[in-house]
Amino acid sequence: MGVLLLLGIAAFVVVKMGEKGQWSPDLWGILVTPQTWTAYLLPGLQRTLTAAAVSVVTALLFGFLFGLGRLASNRAVRWFCGLVVEFFRAVPVLIMMIAGWLLFTRTIPGVVPASQAPFVGVVIGLTLYNGAVIAELIRSGVHGLPKGQREAGLAIGLTRGKSIWNIELPQAIVAMLPSLVSQFVVILKDTALGAIVTYPELLRSAQILGGRGGLLQILLGVAVVFVVINWLLSRFAEWTARRVSTRTSGRTRPQQASAAVVPGGAGAGVGLGGGGLGGGDGGGDDA
Amino acid sequence: MRRTRLTMAAGALAIGALALAGCQSGGGDDGLTIGIKFDQPGLGFQDGTEYTGFDVDVARYVAEKLGYSEDQIEFVEAISANRETMLENGQVDMIFATYSITESRQEVVDFAGPYFVAGQDLLIRSEDAGTITGPESLNGLDLCSVSGSTSAQRVKDEFAEDVNLVEQPGYSQCAQFLLDGSVDAMTTDDIILAGLAAAQGSGNLQVVGNPFSTENYGVGIPEGSELCEDINAAITEMIEDGSWEKAVQANTEGTGYTPSAANPPTVMADCGGVPS
Amino acid sequence: MSDFLEVLSTYDIAGAFWVNIRLAFFAGIFGLALGTVLALMRVSPVPSMRAIGSGYVTLFRNTPLTIIMVFCISVLWSVLGLRLSSDFTANFFWLAVLALTVYHAAFFCEAIRSGVNTVPVGQAEAARAIGLPFLAAARLVIFPQAFRGAIAPLGNTLIALIKNTTVAAAVSVPEVSILMKEMIENNGNYVVPIFMAIAVGFVVIVIPVGLVTTFLSQRLAVSR
Repeated sequence: MGVLLLLGIAAFVVVKMGEKGQWSPDLWGILVTPQTWTAYLLPGLQRTLTAAAVSVVTALLFGFLFGLGRLASNRAVRWFCGLVVEFFRAVPVLIMMIAGWLLFTRTIPGVVPASQAPFVGVVIGLTLYNGAVIAELIRSGVHGLPKGQREAGLAIGLTRGKSIWNIELPQAIVAMLPSLVSQFVVILKDTALGAIVTYPELLRSAQILGGRGGLLQILLGVAVVFVVINWLLSRFAEWTARRVSTRTSGRTRPQQASAAVVPGGAGAGVGLGGGGLGGGDGGGDDA
Repeated sequence: MRRTRLTMAAGALAIGALALAGCQSGGGDDGLTIGIKFDQPGLGFQDGTEYTGFDVDVARYVAEKLGYSEDQIEFVEAISANRETMLENGQVDMIFATYSITESRQEVVDFAGPYFVAGQDLLIRSEDAGTITGPESLNGLDLCSVSGSTSAQRVKDEFAEDVNLVEQPGYSQCAQFLLDGSVDAMTTDDIILAGLAAAQGSGNLQVVGNPFSTENYGVGIPEGSELCEDINAAITEMIEDGSWEKAVQANTEGTGYTPSAANPPTVMADCGGVPS
Repeated sequence: MSDFLEVLSTYDIAGAFWVNIRLAFFAGIFGLALGTVLALMRVSPVPSMRAIGSGYVTLFRNTPLTIIMVFCISVLWSVLGLRLSSDFTANFFWLAVLALTVYHAAFFCEAIRSGVNTVPVGQAEAARAIGLPFLAAARLVIFPQAFRGAIAPLGNTLIALIKNTTVAAAVSVPEVSILMKEMIENNGNYVVPIFMAIAVGFVVIVIPVGLVTTFLSQRLAVSR
C-alpha cells in the first residue's frame, strides 16, 4: 500500500510538473548557466567539502582517543570512554550542531569569530557523532581480530598494551579502512544539515539561488552532485577493501558500524550484508 | 576534562583550516569591512559576485564619504544572530544589515543613523489587496515567517488567533511559497518585504502598507567608535542630495511601495542616544 | 539550578518528543513496507526489477536527508501543490513522514537484504525444487528467515530513523530540535544544560531500542 501511495505521488509529480510548466527548457537551463556554478553552487560545494574535510580529521582524532580509551587496561578509563562514545552515538547530529552553533554565538561569544560559528557548529556535530562511531570501529576492529594474534604477541613476551599497539591496532586500522571511507560518506551527507544552522554550504547556496525560480531543477542538480561524490566514495571503499584484505587478519568488508547503542552489546549479526550493487552496506544510514 | 580539551583542539583545528583556505576575513588596515545580509534581495543580497540592495547602496555612499574607494570595501555576511559579536571582535568596521536600534543592543555596540524607519508589515499577492488589509484579516489564512523570529508569533498573539503558521530558515523561501500560492502572506519589516517583492515578485506581490511596529535601522559600529559623527553626516547628506530617495526607489521598483511617513529619518544628535 | 528547572518547565519538551516519536512510528512502518518491497525486487529473478531496486537504493542512500526534506516542502508542497492532509499544520507532519520514509526505505531494504544473505542458498533451492514460484518462496521460506537474521541491522536503521526525525525541522514540524533552538535563543546562558536535557531524552528513547533489538537478534537468530 505504501508502495502504491509512493507511485501515486511520483505520478502526481510528473503530471503536476507538466501543468506548472516545470519541464520548460528555460527552467532547466539554469543548470547549465555558468553563473549558477561559479557564483553559487561551486562556492557552496567548496564550503561543504571544507566542513567535511575538517570534520574527518577531528573525528579521527576523537575516534582514536576514545577508541583506544575503550581498550585501556584501566577499568575506569574504559568505562568512561564507553559512556562518552555511547552517549554521542545516541544523540542526533542536528541537535549537537544546533547546540554547538548557539554555544558560540550565545553563551561564549568571542571564542571563535562570530561569522564562523555556524561552521564550528557543523564541525562539532559531525566530530562528536562520527568520532564516536570511529571509536567503536576501532574497538570492534581490535576485538574482531583472531585471538591468535594477541596470544602470539603475549607469547613472545609483549605486554598487553604493547600487543595492542604493535600487533593488533595496526591490523585493526587496516581492516577498518573501508568502513572508515564509508563513514566519510555519512559525514559528507550530514554537512547538508548545515543549511539548518545557516552554514552557507551547497544546499543553502542552492536555496538562495532557487528563491528566484528554478528551485526544483537546482535541488535535483545538487542531489546529483551528492549522489555522484558519495557513489565514488563507496566504490573507493570497496576498492580499499579488496586492496587491504591481504594485509590484515581482520575483516575488511565495508560495514555499517554497529549501532546497538549499548556498552559492550555491539551488534550481533551486523554487517552481514554483502555483494550486490554499491557493495556491502557502506554508507551508513544517518541523515 | 578530556572532552573540553578535545573540543578546543577541534575548534583550533577548524580555525586553522579556515585560515589556510583563505576564508578568514577581518577588518584590514587600509580597507573597510562592512557586514551586510547576503540573502535579502533589495536590502543586502549577494547576486553572483555583486552585492546589491538598499543597505549596500547606503553603505557604499557612506564609505565613499569616509574616503574609501570602491575597491577598498569588503562586504562580509552578517547573520542576525552574530551582529553584536562581529562588531565586538572587530570582525567588521560597520554593519548595515536591517539592524534595529534597541536599548539592549546599545549596551554592547554603538549605532549611527537611523538611515531608515521600517515597520513590521505583510507581503501579499496583489490580487488579495482588497481582502488582506492588515494582520487582523489573517484569521484562517496561512502565514509564513522566518524561524527564530518573533514576528509571526506576534501576529498570532496580538492580531489573528486563528492564523496558520509555517516557518522557513530564510525569507526567499517564504516569498517563493507566496508566489506559488501555498501561503497567503508573509511577515517581517516592510522594506525587506518590498525588496523581496521587487526581486522575486515580478509585479505579483505587494506590501500591505499598514505597518504595526516601528524599527529604526541604524549603522552598527563598535562601542566608542570615532566614525559615528562622520557616518551621521554622510547619511544626512545622502538624504539631502536626493541619493537616499533614489536608492529606495531603485530597490523597490515595480512594487508600488512607499516608505512610511516617518521617512526619511533624522539622524540621532547624540551617537549613543535614542532615536527620536 | 532552580532557574534552569523553571526554564525546562516552561516548555513542552515531552510534547515535542512525542512529535518525533510519531514521525518515527509512521515513517518506520511505511519505510519497512517499502524497504521490504525493494528488497524483494533486489533479489527477484527479473533483471529490470533488480535494476529499479538497486537504482533506488543508490540514489536515496547517497542523497542527504535534508535535501529530500527541503525538496518535499519547497517543491512538492509549494511548487507542485501536493497536499497530504487538509489541515495546514498536519500537512507538514506528513511531508516529513514522506521524506523520512523515502530515505530510510533504502536502508531498510539493505538491512533486509543482509538478512537474506544469512539464509543458506540451499533454502532457496529447496523451495524451488518443491515447485514454489519466486514470490511464494520469498514469502514462505526466505523472508521469514531473513527478517530474523536482519533484526540487528533493522534495529540500527530504526535508531538512525528516530534520530533523523530531528531533520523535520526543515519542513516546519514543531519537533525537539526546533524547540531546543527556541529554548536556547531565549535562555542563552543555559546552552549546555538544555542540550544535555534533550540529549538525555534521546538516550532514554534510543538505548531501550538498542537493547531490545540486541536481545531479539540473539533470541530469534535461526540456529544453524
